[in-house]
Amino acid sequence: MSLIHAEGLTKTYRIGDIDVPAVRGVDFTIEPASFVAFVGPSGSGKSTVLNMIGCLDHPTSGHISVLDTDVASLDRRASATFRGNHIGFIFQDFNLIPVFTAYENIEYPLIMVQNWPPEKRRTQVLAMLDAVGMADQANKRPDQLSGGQKQRVAVARALVSNSKLVLADEPTANLDHDTAHRIIELMKKMRDQLGTTFVFSTHDPKVMREAEVTYTLEDGRMAANSGVTHA
Amino acid sequence: MLKLIQLAARNLLRYQRRSLLTSLLIVIGVAAVLLFMAISGSFKQLMIGQITDSMLGHLQLHRRGYVASIESLPLNMNMAPQMVARVTKELQQEPAVAAVSPRIKFGAMFSNFTETTSLRINGVEPEAEAAVLPLLPGRRLDGTRDGALLARGELLVPVLVARGLKVSPGDTVVLIATNRDGSVNGKTFKVRSTLESATGPGGRDGYIHIEDARELLRMAEPEVSEIAVRLKDPQMLDPVAVRLQATFDGVKNKMGQPALELHTWERLSPFANIAKMIDVLTLAIKIMLVSIVLVAVMNVMIMAVYERIREIGAIAAIGTPPGRILGMFLAEGLMLGTAGTMIGVAVSLAAVWALNIWQITYAFGQQKGLLLAPALGAGDVLATAAIVIVVAGLASLQPAWKASRMDPITALRHV
Ligand SMILES: Nc1ncnc2c1ncn2[C@@H]1O[C@H](COP(=O)(O)OP(=O)(O)O)[C@@H](O)[C@H]1O
Ligand SMILES: [Mg+2]
Repeated sequence: MSLIHAEGLTKTYRIGDIDVPAVRGVDFTIEPASFVAFVGPSGSGKSTVLNMIGCLDHPTSGHISVLDTDVASLDRRASATFRGNHIGFIFQDFNLIPVFTAYENIEYPLIMVQNWPPEKRRTQVLAMLDAVGMADQANKRPDQLSGGQKQRVAVARALVSNSKLVLADEPTANLDHDTAHRIIELMKKMRDQLGTTFVFSTHDPKVMREAEVTYTLEDGRMAANSGVTHA
Repeated sequence: MLKLIQLAARNLLRYQRRSLLTSLLIVIGVAAVLLFMAISGSFKQLMIGQITDSMLGHLQLHRRGYVASIESLPLNMNMAPQMVARVTKELQQEPAVAAVSPRIKFGAMFSNFTETTSLRINGVEPEAEAAVLPLLPGRRLDGTRDGALLARGELLVPVLVARGLKVSPGDTVVLIATNRDGSVNGKTFKVRSTLESATGPGGRDGYIHIEDARELLRMAEPEVSEIAVRLKDPQMLDPVAVRLQATFDGVKNKMGQPALELHTWERLSPFANIAKMIDVLTLAIKIMLVSIVLVAVMNVMIMAVYERIREIGAIAAIGTPPGRILGMFLAEGLMLGTAGTMIGVAVSLAAVWALNIWQITYAFGQQKGLLLAPALGAGDVLATAAIVIVVAGLASLQPAWKASRMDPITALRHV
């Protein structure tokens, strides 16, 4: 049973009277516990695809199911609930809550999105801090952390509520090569430990090499060599 | 919930100066309103007290038409004895009434045997009058100041008239009056004491015993010009007036029309308009306070939402329910309003306390050394605080709503 399945997925934005085709009919299937990258140059449609998987955006046509749910049919509230329950997000510019410590940022989804009891919450947050190697930085605020550290906290936040799927749009674009590499390594390690599916986008060749499955987008279409599985 | 409050507090502290300035605005507004209410309220209470407790009483009852011609002090519009007896009984049965004082009012010439001037004379029953006007005995400036208000054969002279005619306590003077039939009569009185002027048109009011008045006017039967009434609770003025009006409307004259008219002190004294002005001013500055809070809080919250668009996009993407995002910003605005209100209330209470320590006095008309005693009722404080906090909430509602409706992708892309 595949985790994500898309067929003829299309997204056309309309600016004034002009149609801007962002994604022009792509098909793909993503299996559970896989480590998938959408790659391609800027403007090729990577973010648009990830947004549709994450039910942040509705396709213009085509079909997409995530965890056997037709996410295109969800309304605002239902898609918020679906994201809260099943999908973790990692952003390019970290997007941690500036007034919260690392600990509190990781705890956030367990309080504000789900309703975990305090004791269970604490155990989980501490485990996550430990897993991403940030246990000693728990009480620092984002502005006291480096980019790599912030992204580690973001990874922990994406995983803390046991999401089946983590979407990361250009998670390394704001990091230097070494740090980028270590974040991808961390994500892969978490996938190994927890069996979470990671789908990320990148235009960095070094980063895309780390993916096990790569979908290449060109101008909103799947390139010929798409869906290749690496060792 | 706790986390929501924590988040709101930290976000407010994140923009310290802005939060501080906004709450300062609220503090100043709340303090201004409460202090104005305390001081004007004290002034109003004091002035009303002077008027009702040393001159008018709370209510006055006359024969219909008397008040319209009150300036000429007509003697042909008195209430007959049976009427007085009936009315007095009705009044004494009303539980809200504390005291009742019948008066005969008339114009008289006042002479020290060399000079003459005119006076407005109140013939009163000393105990009843003192019970209706508790401040009247204290307005006696010299002479015999203790004991009954006055005794038979004695006269209380307004101080300005006494000075003008060089009359002192103990002196013998003459009052000359024309009665209803046009015949003139005179009677000597001993000046018991001079009477301090009160606020309002009280500068020519002299007091004698009601029996002396009847003698001077050669009344065949004990008539009364007006009945002054004191209530146990002045706050109950309007409902009691309505109730008594209904009772006295039942008293008809020979033509079958209501024979009596009842007036509250507010209808008899121009100060009532000043008191109303104070109320209008209070309302006006309350409206200003509401506007200040509305604009200040809304401004801050619009900025808060605008600055945090990407943060909002991220928490929305993560799956934070829109209602909770709304709650976050609402909590922030409410907290700002509450903090400002609490400090404002504290400042006002401290200021009121200080004003009472300093014992500020002022003069009003002829009266000097009136003590300002500002006081804040718990009801006023709570009402003002509630208004400000509710307005702060309302002001945050629109920005908070906007934040909760934001599209995550658009918000995340915001630079
Ligand atoms: N909200 C939008 N409105 C109009 N055009 C958009 C919008 N979002 C993306 N696009 C366009 O769609 C195309 C694909 O964008 P995107 O998915 O962001 O590409 P990538 O993430 O690969 O850089 C681009 O041409 C972009 O300009
Ligand atoms: Mg992109």
